[in-house]
Amino acid sequence: MTERNVRKSNRRVTGWLSLWVVGMFGFGYALVPLYSVFCEITGLNGKSATLSEVSAAPLTIDKSRTVTVEFTVNVSGIPWRVDRPKTVRLNVHPGEATTVIYEAHSLVDAMTAGQAVPSVTPAKAARHFRKTECFCFTRQELVGGESKLMPVTFVVDPKLPAEVKTITLSYEVYPANENLTNNS
Amino acid sequence: MTTAVADHHHDEVPKGITRWLFTTNHKDIGTLYLWFSFIMFLVGGAMALVIRAELFMPGLQVVNPHFYNQMVTVHALVMIFGAVMPGFVGFANWMLPMMIGAPDMALPRLNNWSFWLLPFATTLLITSLFVPGGGPAAGWTIYPPLSIQGGMGVDLTIFTIHILGMSSILGAINIIATILNMRAPGMTLLKMPLFVWTWVITAFLLIAAMPVLAGAVTMLLTDRHFGTAFFSAAGGGDPVMFQHIFWFFGHPEVYILILPAFGIISQVIPTFSRKPLFGYTSMVFATAAIAFLSFIVWAHHMYTVGMPLSGELFFMYSTMLIAIPTGVKVFNWLATMWRGSMTFETPMLYAIATVALFTVGGLTGLMMAITPADFQYHDTYFIVAHFHYVIFCGSVLAMFSGVYYWLPKWTGHMYDETLGKVHFWLTVISFNITFFPQHFLGFAGMPRRIPDYSLQFAEFNMVSSIGGFILGFSQLILLWVVIKSIRGGKKATAEVWDNPEGLEWTVPSPAPYHTFATAPEVR
Amino acid sequence: MIVSRFKKLRSAIVATAGAGMMGILPTVAQAEWALNLQRPVTEIARVQYDLHMLIMYIVTVIGIIVFGVMFYSIAKFRKSKGAEAAKFSHSTKAEVLWTVIPTLILIAMAVPSTKALLLMEDTTESDMVLKVTGYQWGWQYDYLEEDVSFFSKLATPQSQITGNETKGENYLLEVDNHLVIPAGKKVRLLLTAKDVIHAWWVPQLGGKKDAIPGYINEMWIRADETGTYRGQCAELCGKDHGYMPIVVDVVEEAEYMAWIEAQKNKS
Ligand code: HEM
Ligand SMILES: [Cu+2]
Ligand SMILES: [Cu+2]
Repeated sequence: MTERNVRKSNRRVTGWLSLWVVGMFGFGYALVPLYSVFCEITGLNGKSATLSEVSAAPLTIDKSRTVTVEFTVNVSGIPWRVDRPKTVRLNVHPGEATTVIYEAHSLVDAMTAGQAVPSVTPAKAARHFRKTECFCFTRQELVGGESKLMPVTFVVDPKLPAEVKTITLSYEVYPANENLTNNS
Repeated sequence: MTTAVADHHHDEVPKGITRWLFTTNHKDIGTLYLWFSFIMFLVGGAMALVIRAELFMPGLQVVNPHFYNQMVTVHALVMIFGAVMPGFVGFANWMLPMMIGAPDMALPRLNNWSFWLLPFATTLLITSLFVPGGGPAAGWTIYPPLSIQGGMGVDLTIFTIHILGMSSILGAINIIATILNMRAPGMTLLKMPLFVWTWVITAFLLIAAMPVLAGAVTMLLTDRHFGTAFFSAAGGGDPVMFQHIFWFFGHPEVYILILPAFGIISQVIPTFSRKPLFGYTSMVFATAAIAFLSFIVWAHHMYTVGMPLSGELFFMYSTMLIAIPTGVKVFNWLATMWRGSMTFETPMLYAIATVALFTVGGLTGLMMAITPADFQYHDTYFIVAHFHYVIFCGSVLAMFSGVYYWLPKWTGHMYDETLGKVHFWLTVISFNITFFPQHFLGFAGMPRRIPDYSLQFAEFNMVSSIGGFILGFSQLILLWVVIKSIRGGKKATAEVWDNPEGLEWTVPSPAPYHTFATAPEVR
Repeated sequence: MIVSRFKKLRSAIVATAGAGMMGILPTVAQAEWALNLQRPVTEIARVQYDLHMLIMYIVTVIGIIVFGVMFYSIAKFRKSKGAEAAKFSHSTKAEVLWTVIPTLILIAMAVPSTKALLLMEDTTESDMVLKVTGYQWGWQYDYLEEDVSFFSKLATPQSQITGNETKGENYLLEVDNHLVIPAGKKVRLLLTAKDVIHAWWVPQLGGKKDAIPGYINEMWIRADETGTYRGQCAELCGKDHGYMPIVVDVVEEAEYMAWIEAQKNKS
């Protein structure tokens, strides 16, 4: 190659590779939505589906099968006490809508706002655990000293893999801040 | 830049500090990289000795836990991004153009840039240790939410990673352009020395992996200061996602650290076995296979985060798969030595030690690939032993091998063989005293990244610390050997060794400031 | 074989380190030099242990072969002994062989590993649930069905850490409130964290699992033997990461019942 050609070729290679670098930087960011989609499909990070995301068609109730659902909650960085439902464990039939009630108590005088973030285990159950109504859909506000009942209504999809016998629904309650993305 | 332009027309070497500041000469830049790498090796080594001093006995005696965590973090960052990666870029700068018969790198001015970003970046990193709140203390893996808690030192670290990443990317682009465009006539791809092959593949790994790391730390930065919540559960993010993105970079990164080392020993072993490299094409293919597979094994670093069964199985199988091309390489080196006519000068000793001890690290890697067993090994000293066997014995010993191998070509003088051998034996023996016991510590249940430990771990830790100090101070011998060889010694011939393969041995020693201004003929 | 190798190594290390060093070793009750995984007391830990031994034997054999060939070459094919270099540079037969054989070995390793993993992930049909919450720096345990909840923190006094007092036998591995579980029962652990990521690990009870803020993870243990088992946090979680041990008392069921009643009355 002549010197001119080499220069031209160097510039071309540099151009392509720089594009690739920019692309890979973008790919790093693209991993964020990709990861969400991936988690939705596999339940990888234990985020459960909401009914708005899945079909709203009523499910047939599978009386032949019972699944145990457990409830727990953690509070983190907000002056609240949150009690889990009175029954720790509940046996439900797949397809049947059930409502349980968490109870939040404000421990300070001022008004506070919290946001509950749900997590479901085992991972493979997560996307079959559908919440039709949940206090975690919006931020919850408590005026000083107030107590509040916080219901959640859920349905276990009959498509839940047969080997799953127990599902745990856990919430972590955080102080709500402005730029919250919607959790489900 | 005027001196730089002038360089191309006159054959005299510019003088003074501006030679180094503005140089565009690949040999000068290679030298800068290598010295920089060595200095960082000593700085990182000093931090390692702080760690080993604290771990000499149970109890807290030297530093406080927070500072200990900073040492663990900065030691790793300095060694990986300051010592090993720039070290190999130094070798690339010095040797690639000479190996392919090119007058210089393809983009000489960019080359100057990529080097001078480095001292700037590492100064920033080391400065972070002195800002309020201290340096980064969340481990080199900077997992959130722990890294979100840190002070300004974490931000400085993020900037450091950006700059270092930029430097490696520019270096990688330059290397690819050089190898694709600057080869002498007749130097077809499958005639390129293996060091050139491993480097071009490494460079592709770099431009694919480093931008992803840059993205990850940028997200960390915006999470820390600009209200995003990529990794915070409270805001709808997921801390585990950081680990996925980090290791998507991280596993290719470990191969970035090892592939050029494979290249160096693939040059050295044939020379001292007086026999061509066994299985050249399979070496090239194995390298490419490793590079490809390295992008689909990342979650073997995350077996315990609670992945679904299918995920754990996939990553276990893919990780086991990567052991096959790695094995092929080791067997090829053995076959190169087989029925050779070997002599054991220092470069060969180091190359043999690299193969032997890297194998130990590869085999422990295989143990950790087994997911159920890794639930016991993960985050213990067993991991620490593994990665020091692969990185110190794989990458660093291979660099030592390369330094002794090419030093006569660089300085024009033979190095002191006796000192070289002393350096070798001290290094290899003390390395094993330091790190072999760490396998047992890991088995016995000692977690990594702790400043203090319970009494059942006391004995091996003491052994390990003693080894560590010998290992650290032995490296000063290398400094001495290099300085001695720069200042004088037996004149080296052009060939230096007994009939070595490669274009670099056709130019005089020391290599003139400009080589291959007219391309050589390659048959 | 492996044992003797370790023994050799052990004496080699001891010899290298020198007898003088032995003198300055801390005068501890147990000079352990422990070489292998801790004795397993649950099914999972036992499966992990057996798998670990199996794989270690395999890699040891591979290692010995590689080292053997290497040292044989070094001894035999040296120029100083007049060895002439052969000219060959490839051999398809050898290359196929050393690709295929390792592949077969890996497949053989994958089978028991897959089985073990299936066992570990099977959290169904547990007898009780225990929630474990990591925080900086300690653990909170909730017996969900019993409404019993308490914190468990390092109990080693600061003076032992700074060396102003002799270190006790369980230095850094002792907590104020032990976790108590019944022997022979399948206990499902739900793991989460308050602030940063932690990892709950008691080696003798099986592998570790990360406790991640905002998310819930699960693992299970069924201890066959009563006793006290100790472990530590296994994920860097800040300044006192080295100081958040775990102590589990495995007791007979009746004893567990009595204990849990006492806890309920306490609160
Ligand atoms: C046969 C090839 C290899 C296999 C199968 C392998 C496997 C693994 C696995 C499974 C882990 C994660 C262990 C854990 O944290 O539980 C690991 C960690 C590590 N490996 Fe390897 N490895 C191999 C080669 C290498 C090489 C060539 C390098 C670098 C030159 C390397 C560097 C590391 C490092 C730095 C870590 C620890 C990262 C950290 O947690 O800080 N490995 N390896
Ligand atoms: Cu890896
Ligand atoms: Cu911790």
